[in-house]
Amino acid sequence: MRTKQTYKALLLLALSASFAAVAAETAVTDSDRIEQYREMISDGNPAEFDEMRGEELWKKAAGPNKVSLEQCDLGKGAGVVKGAYAELPKFFKDTQQVQDLESRLLTCMTTLQGFTEDEIAAKPFASEKKASDISSLATYVVGQSKGIKMAVSTKHPKVKESYEIGKRIFNYRAGPYDFACSTCHATTGVRIRMQDLPNLSHNKKDAQTAYTTWPAYRVSQGLTRSFQWRLNDCFRQQRFPEPKFASEATVALTTFLAVSANGAEFAGPGLKR
Amino acid sequence: MNAKLLMSITVSAAFALAMAPAQAEKAASNLDAKTAEIVKRDFRDKGIAKATRVNQDELQAACSKYVDKLPPKLKAKLEAKEAEAIKLPVDGKFMGDWKAGEKLAQSGRGMTWSDKAEDPAGGNCYNCHQLSSKEIAFGTIGPSLLNFGKVRGNGEDIQRYVYARIYNAKAANACANMPRFGHMGILSEAQMKDLVALLLDPESPVNK
Repeated sequence: MRTKQTYKALLLLALSASFAAVAAETAVTDSDRIEQYREMISDGNPAEFDEMRGEELWKKAAGPNKVSLEQCDLGKGAGVVKGAYAELPKFFKDTQQVQDLESRLLTCMTTLQGFTEDEIAAKPFASEKKASDISSLATYVVGQSKGIKMAVSTKHPKVKESYEIGKRIFNYRAGPYDFACSTCHATTGVRIRMQDLPNLSHNKKDAQTAYTTWPAYRVSQGLTRSFQWRLNDCFRQQRFPEPKFASEATVALTTFLAVSANGAEFAGPGLKR
Repeated sequence: MNAKLLMSITVSAAFALAMAPAQAEKAASNLDAKTAEIVKRDFRDKGIAKATRVNQDELQAACSKYVDKLPPKLKAKLEAKEAEAIKLPVDGKFMGDWKAGEKLAQSGRGMTWSDKAEDPAGGNCYNCHQLSSKEIAFGTIGPSLLNFGKVRGNGEDIQRYVYARIYNAKAANACANMPRFGHMGILSEAQMKDLVALLLDPESPVNK
């Protein structure tokens, strides 16, 4: 723990120094800054601590049933973690649902370990005060797809449907500001303030880079953030109500984004501002 | 191949071709309906952001369905309807205080579930537009508004135009990205006047 904190403090120090150095310049985008930061710490990403935590949780007997998650089927057979994330979301026969990683972990934690869905879904994201088990598990699982090409199949009609619905949710305008995901993420080369925005619907490369670098360690928050969190916070900024954790709507949107990233090597967990 | 078989293949092929667009349209509309159903079920109240926010008005639904590329007739109809609902200030004055406007333009806050009901919403202007030459951290989703008043002057017509544009950008372009600040009750009349001044007052940093 001590090592972790020292590590974090050093990283933040290096980061602020880099920010200060570039702040003297004029228009430097956040992406430029984070790129410098990435180079500086290319040997490590604090998300690794969360991966380690997740791996321990995966292997540890837990829940009312006191079993580990080593029999959890993430789509490539019971217990297969390697490469599983690169093929998700996927249709699962046992639940008769298309599931993303976090929704599938929720299934395993309830069916195998005996937790209730409500107790997990009530606090699915990490905070400064408390780590999130399901989020750490997700960090571990995605790390096991690093370097593997994204290959989400839409052959199954339910996955195809999920993709189509996800695309519609991406363009779904509502709320007091009339925003949809597409308001900010359907044009190439634009930014909010200094933050570059990836074009997720009409630019293959942007879509691939964005998807394959989440989950990610958020430097500004000092936390590793899951993909469900990423979507949740986008909806917050869209002035939408809150999407339910691992709901069909969030899985559909994830299917749309994951399929758009097909062909790219998965590179997460990533590192963000 | 006998003639009968050939005939039947030709007929079914022609039939399939004729049916394809109609079926595709039906499938699309089924998916639209299913999407609406899922969205209504899968979002919940959080803080001030109530679940009912996902219910679309006519304009939001049309822009979603056509992915911001409306058929011209529908576009004109929706724009006219939005324009009709614009309420101009009763005192006939459009210009407020550019300093207050600049402060408002800087603030990106407001109406998320992490904001409080009593927190005033910001204008979010710099998120998408360049305005004052002194502020380099500006977004680029909207056009640059630098020198907006310098180029156009600040006569009553342009004042009214800017006020209406802030009140409801959709009256000019139905599927514009810009929020309808007056129409949706995001900003007050006084706040919108301050933003008009920020764009048009000769003393405003936008025009310096």
